Amino acid sequence: MARIITIREALREGMSEEMRRDPNVFLMGEEVAEYNGAYKVSQGMLDEFGPKRVIDTPIAELGFAAIGVGAAQNGLRPIVEFMTWNFAVLALDQILNTASKMLAMSGGQVSCPIVFRGPNGSAGQLGAQHSTAFESYYANIPGIKVISISNAYDAKGLMKAAIRDNDPVMFMESELMYGDKGEVPEEEYIIPIGKADVKKQGRDVTIVSYNKMMKVALGAAAELEKEGISAEVIDLRTIRPLDWMTILESVKKTNRLVIVDEQWPMCSVSSEIAYRIQKEGFDYLDAPIRRITAADAPLHYAPNLVAAALPDVPKTVNLVKEVMYMKK
Amino acid sequence: MYWYELMYLIRQFELMAEEKYKMEGKIRGFFHAYVGQEAIAAGCMTATRIEDPFVTGYRDHGLALAKGVSPESCMAELYGKATGCAKGKGGSMHFFGKDVAFFGGHGIVGAQIGTGAGLAFAEKYKGTDNVSLSFFGDGAARQGILHEIFNMAMTWKLPAIFLCENNNYAMGTSVARTSNVQDIYKLADAYEMPADSIDGMSPEAVHDAVARAVKRAREGGGPTLIELKTYRYKGHSISDPQKYRTKDEVEEYKQRDPIEHVLNTILENKFATQEEIDAINKRVNDKVAESVRFAEESPWPNEDEVLKDIVMEPNYPFIVD
Repeated sequence: MARIITIREALREGMSEEMRRDPNVFLMGEEVAEYNGAYKVSQGMLDEFGPKRVIDTPIAELGFAAIGVGAAQNGLRPIVEFMTWNFAVLALDQILNTASKMLAMSGGQVSCPIVFRGPNGSAGQLGAQHSTAFESYYANIPGIKVISISNAYDAKGLMKAAIRDNDPVMFMESELMYGDKGEVPEEEYIIPIGKADVKKQGRDVTIVSYNKMMKVALGAAAELEKEGISAEVIDLRTIRPLDWMTILESVKKTNRLVIVDEQWPMCSVSSEIAYRIQKEGFDYLDAPIRRITAADAPLHYAPNLVAAALPDVPKTVNLVKEVMYMKK
Repeated sequence: MYWYELMYLIRQFELMAEEKYKMEGKIRGFFHAYVGQEAIAAGCMTATRIEDPFVTGYRDHGLALAKGVSPESCMAELYGKATGCAKGKGGSMHFFGKDVAFFGGHGIVGAQIGTGAGLAFAEKYKGTDNVSLSFFGDGAARQGILHEIFNMAMTWKLPAIFLCENNNYAMGTSVARTSNVQDIYKLADAYEMPADSIDGMSPEAVHDAVARAVKRAREGGGPTLIELKTYRYKGHSISDPQKYRTKDEVEEYKQRDPIEHVLNTILENKFATQEEIDAINKRVNDKVAESVRFAEESPWPNEDEVLKDIVMEPNYPFIVD
């Protein structure tokens, strides 16, 4: 029996089920408890689990991230919510220099099982400082895992996997998608970290994306379908480790690859994918690998500038036609 | 006697390691000696239990030895050998001993203040009465994380003790040049955290202050800041020419040497005879010599260790090209 729930409900179910299962799991962050979450992801969790396990923090990202990291080293499994990943930059020292390196520096003695989660990327006219997509920043770091979700089913299954994982996991959501509804099974399920998902089968071109850019990828595929072009669409779901085998298998069939990526272009997720596929799949490619990223600039405020700076369906359709040599 | 033996061990270990660094080049990297600050390790050990987690900065040799990480594995770590206390992956700044609740030496100034509060958070959450001790220098006291952590530690009454080893110099910058507030213990006032300023050259004074703070924390009374006025005889690191202070100043502090002080107390009060002290000295010197032999004879880590201990997951697909 499947149910239709929102992404915020799916995330909440994932966290709550794991908190019922393991008393060492707890949630901390700004406004997660009494306010029920800035985006209502943790609504009702304080009532169920009490203030010991659902903890409001002061606005001190570095400090509460540090407490989470220290607690993780000493036997707990914290979930630390950032109101947005833009604010997590203040905590990057703890994530990069402590959480990601502790196992290595201690010669395998001290692990750090912790989940950092929150919304990521642009969300309309929020201006430059609330609009950065951070997947590529964290994906660069050895020792951690990076998940970026696009739908309710993945949100719940991957949240449960992230909490049970024994390494630090960065879990990226989107303000714009918390209300998106999707089908979720009644029974318990877990989605393994590091597995991409082929959302739509196709023959002519492979489109790879993740997080809310999946809407662009799927929208473009639907448009292309009308013109008789069959696009295969892959949702990465996990950015690190990257499931490039699934992309390669698809490219072997379609011989063309387009990546839709909300990162800035330099050293982006698409850069890494393009490297990997040219190396492993050179003989299968009938066209250069192409990508659409966010513009190489901070995101401005005006609505037309937001639209101009981000990937969208028409840009993606055009790019697919270019790699199919259909454009004049 | 415990104090004397521990402090003498730390001193001799550091002097031997420095010799192996400078004279023989067998130890490399940044190297920060604990010489002069031994009384802090000694006083803290007698005021705590082995289960109480410790975390410190990069001047970590003394506290690791005090906690019970073996001199052999410490020396092997300095040599970068597979038998080191972090398998040769940490080096001087990153000694670890989780089995003795030593959560390491950390290289980012002040970051371990947060780790220590997190260790305390976990102890409280699990319902133990263990207390965490976080050590940091006067330089770290100027980092923002200290204030964020003091605020939360007090709000949540974490069983955390914050120990500022004030050795007067953040690398080459004196305390007087880093802040308008030179009494670091006063930083606790903004959070209504109990605080003490203590002679860090005296193991008795350290013990008494830490014991008071530990008692309060175990009973649910929350954190304490203890400023320990101490002095490092050596430079900030092994490569420090120490142009920011005079030789006279160093000599003045050496007159108050904690090891000499404890030794005099022992002999004056006839707690032990000179022969007994000589026996301790020989035991310690043998132990340090043995640690060098152990380190020199130990193997380097296998090269396949590069991609081990990175993640807990056994079959992680590392990128190898």
